[in-house]
Amino acid sequence: MNIRIRYFASLREITERQEEILTLHDGATTSDVRTLLAERFPRLEPILTRCVCAVNRGYVPANTALHEGDELVFIPPMGGGSFQELDVWSL
Amino acid sequence: MEPLIQLTREPLDRNALIAAVSHASVGGIAIFEGVVRDHARGKQIRYLEYDAYPEMAEQQIRVIVDEAQKRWDVEHVAVAHRFGRLEIGEASVIIVVATPHRAEAFEACRYIIDTLKTTVPIWKKEVATNGEEWVEG
Repeated sequence: MNIRIRYFASLREITERQEEILTLHDGATTSDVRTLLAERFPRLEPILTRCVCAVNRGYVPANTALHEGDELVFIPPMGGGSFQELDVWSL
Repeated sequence: MEPLIQLTREPLDRNALIAAVSHASVGGIAIFEGVVRDHARGKQIRYLEYDAYPEMAEQQIRVIVDEAQKRWDVEHVAVAHRFGRLEIGEASVIIVVATPHRAEAFEACRYIIDTLKTTVPIWKKEVATNGEEWVEG
């Protein structure tokens, strides 16, 4: 399956791209993509550990299954505080 | 009422936002304006660069405003966030909340800015005299 991944902020600078299409095996999850990106861009690894994921413009828990045509974004912490302080899943 | 939400590279227009929430039933308007300051954690800031995931940011702001409208008697809300390069003294975000009475205007405005800062995918890079970094809070 193919998914679209978009990069913002520090991830855009490190990958030097705004978006790309990734071809993944059926049943792949957001965690699989995290592993893939850390291998392709070693400098991303420490940032990815601080990111949460959004699929199709909504926050999702870790290890969410992906589907054909999904839009995936790894979201690094914003300036206002950490994700741990807030239940982002309910928003 | 449907909130006014703006994400733009252009300078924010405070008066237009106030006009958008003004209505005969409104008794109080609270405004929060975030502006770029010249220092952060011991660094001298030259300018800020904001990056946004615009489609999701707009959706998340809508969720926050919906929640504020459930919690308080909020009649009209306008939220504007700028991205791109911002100079010292320029406004990066403006929240305008109009309510029948003042207490809920303050509370709802505070809730919206505090929640926005942690859940809306907009990032800030500080470009200082001694280097630059994305701020992670």
